[in-house]
Amino acid sequence: MKHTISVLVENHSGVLSRISGLFSRRGFNIESLAVGPTHDPSVSRITIVADGDEHTVEQIEKQLNKLIEVIKVKTFAKDEFLAREAMIVKLSVSAAKRSEVMTIAEITGAKVMDMTLSTMTLELCDTYANLCRFEEVIEPYGIVEMVRTGTIAIEKGSEVLNPKK
Amino acid sequence: MKMTVSKAMVEALKKENIKVVFGYPGAAICPFYDALLEAENDGDMRHILVRHEANGGHEASGYARITGRPAVCIATSGPGAVNLVTAIATAYADSIPLICITGQVNTEQIGSDAFQEADITGAAEPFVKHSYLVKDPSQIGRIFKEAFYIAGTGRPGPVLIDVPMDVQRATIDFKYPEKCEIRSYKPTTKGNYVQIKRVIKALEKAKKPLICIGGGVFASNAKEQINELANKMQIPVITTMMGISAFADDDPLFCGMIGTHGVKRANYAVNECDVLFLVGARVGDRAVKTPLALEKTTQIIHIDIDPAEIGKNIGADIPLVGDAKLVLEQLIELSKPLEHSEWIAQIREVDAKRELAPAPKNTIQPREFIKKLSDALPDDAVICADVGQNQIWTCTSYAFRKGGRLLTSGGMGTMGYSVPAAIGAKLAAPGRTVCAICGDGAFQMSFMELATAVQHGVDIKIVVMTNTRLGMVRELQTVGYDDRQTAVFLDGSPDFIKLAEAYGIKAVRAYDEKTTEQALALLKEPKGICLVEVVVDKDMPTL
Ligand SMILES: Cc1ncc(C[n+]2csc(CCOP(=O)(O)OP(=O)(O)O)c2C)c(N)n1
Repeated sequence: MKHTISVLVENHSGVLSRISGLFSRRGFNIESLAVGPTHDPSVSRITIVADGDEHTVEQIEKQLNKLIEVIKVKTFAKDEFLAREAMIVKLSVSAAKRSEVMTIAEITGAKVMDMTLSTMTLELCDTYANLCRFEEVIEPYGIVEMVRTGTIAIEKGSEVLNPKK
Repeated sequence: MKMTVSKAMVEALKKENIKVVFGYPGAAICPFYDALLEAENDGDMRHILVRHEANGGHEASGYARITGRPAVCIATSGPGAVNLVTAIATAYADSIPLICITGQVNTEQIGSDAFQEADITGAAEPFVKHSYLVKDPSQIGRIFKEAFYIAGTGRPGPVLIDVPMDVQRATIDFKYPEKCEIRSYKPTTKGNYVQIKRVIKALEKAKKPLICIGGGVFASNAKEQINELANKMQIPVITTMMGISAFADDDPLFCGMIGTHGVKRANYAVNECDVLFLVGARVGDRAVKTPLALEKTTQIIHIDIDPAEIGKNIGADIPLVGDAKLVLEQLIELSKPLEHSEWIAQIREVDAKRELAPAPKNTIQPREFIKKLSDALPDDAVICADVGQNQIWTCTSYAFRKGGRLLTSGGMGTMGYSVPAAIGAKLAAPGRTVCAICGDGAFQMSFMELATAVQHGVDIKIVVMTNTRLGMVRELQTVGYDDRQTAVFLDGSPDFIKLAEAYGIKAVRAYDEKTTEQALALLKEPKGICLVEVVVDKDMPTL
């Protein structure tokens, strides 16, 4: 089962390598990992999507908590969080097919970022599942290059993941 | 006060009340050594020149285990630092607090594959509780304060501080912090009251309760408390290898060490008990082979200071995170005296004494020798067992009495640990007898430390059990590989008596009754380093 875990860490160099090292040496599977700054310059936030049963996730949480620079770990309950992931995709599209692709973009909410005589580059920010669906739909038009960020997530409602609490 | 970072590092060690450091120099740590010289000349600090950095780490480990406080080892950059990794990993596996200081190439050279550059914080990452690569000279005080705090609190462990040469030379305004505040590190110490009540209830309800002691009892200095609780509630006690010597052998509640190499009585008790109370024991695979089967039939109570250990190897019905000493004190207060005489009698019926395999002429039965050794040495002797058959002979046959102590590499099983660990232990407790017991294989991994002991006048006793084989592996091949013995023959080994004498160390070879008496007499001498070779048959079994 997939789990989405948010980790608040000290904004130090080397923290990311400690975390990725922990995952690989303990045999935890990472599906995606996204890291970036927060509104507090001393704190970075990492979102990890990991695969494993309940026991594994419990171990992941506990082992993460043992790293000195990890301030807070939270595994989101199913359906209790909002998640997004971004994708940029370059298609090989001839002039004849352009309007079809434009229509798909309009329906899915993707934006055209760039266009040449033979290619179109689209961007989409949505849930993991919607990105996968989008990929399926545009696949027949000829994907020549694709890049996706990892998932970032935040809890629904007024609850706040706070380094101080 | 204005001073160099090197001097500040020495001042920090003094503030942490460090009297002895173990190290090996090189260019990248020379600025620090230069500052250390002053402290040595002032008599504030003693530097023990080791003969290999891994042994320096093991020596610090032995020292830390006896003092109960973080101990310091030092290495230069590159090869020195990398040599230290085995000791760091060994300490990590047994939760021993170390402060490992390494020199590093100049900051601007980092990442350029400079001469003797090694990414030691990277290499040691899987084996440290925490590590620092010092970039900002002004932070040295905070880093040392934090390092000692992290290494010595919670679940103890090694902390590495890697200091580039230019940082060591930098001048700073130094004041050692009084306190440290790490927002993300707050180890739990006291047990949760509700859980404590549950533990009491479960223990009172149990018909066949059993306490299993692990190394955590030493880490939290809870020996007295566990003895008091077990005796008050009359609960029999077993230990893991790391827990040996936390409970006196002659206590009627004591049932011995469990595990693959444990004694029959202890393993019987585990299988029969209805409530198993784990205290600072992580249920490693050598201690409990089939934890899943055990958790099905037995109610498990698990105290550990590391939340990640609870539920990792065995499911706990009653988990309790906290420092063993404090939790046990809470339990002692709430518990009432109980009695389990039938259950105790049932366990004690299982014969702990097995027939010893006979020793051919002119060889010694090793377990018999260990037994005699424990009768000969003082109650408070520190025994450092190496790895292999000799370790199991020691763990199952040495009768640790009140005040005695076993040091061994339990988690990592690092050969060559015993001699350096004994040197560290002896420096920490000069008044106690400290005896290393090792095989002829492992001895050849660390006998260069004889020079360290001689140079610094560290009066350790050494017992080398020579079966001319890597015995434990030989036995594995005998049992598991159709006796196809390979790469286990120690031909070419030196004459260990002559070797010892070359270092100016008194030595005796024991191969019969008379020489055994001579050997024991030598080991009993309070002063002087000595070595005893015990001749053991090549086919002697472990159990
Ligand atoms: C550094 C290291 N290398 C290899 C091993 C694997 N190993 C475990 S026991 C053993 C044999 C030890 O032989 P010896 O020291 O002579 O002791 P004996 O078993 O004969 O008592 C070996 C090679 C180890 N534990 N540590």
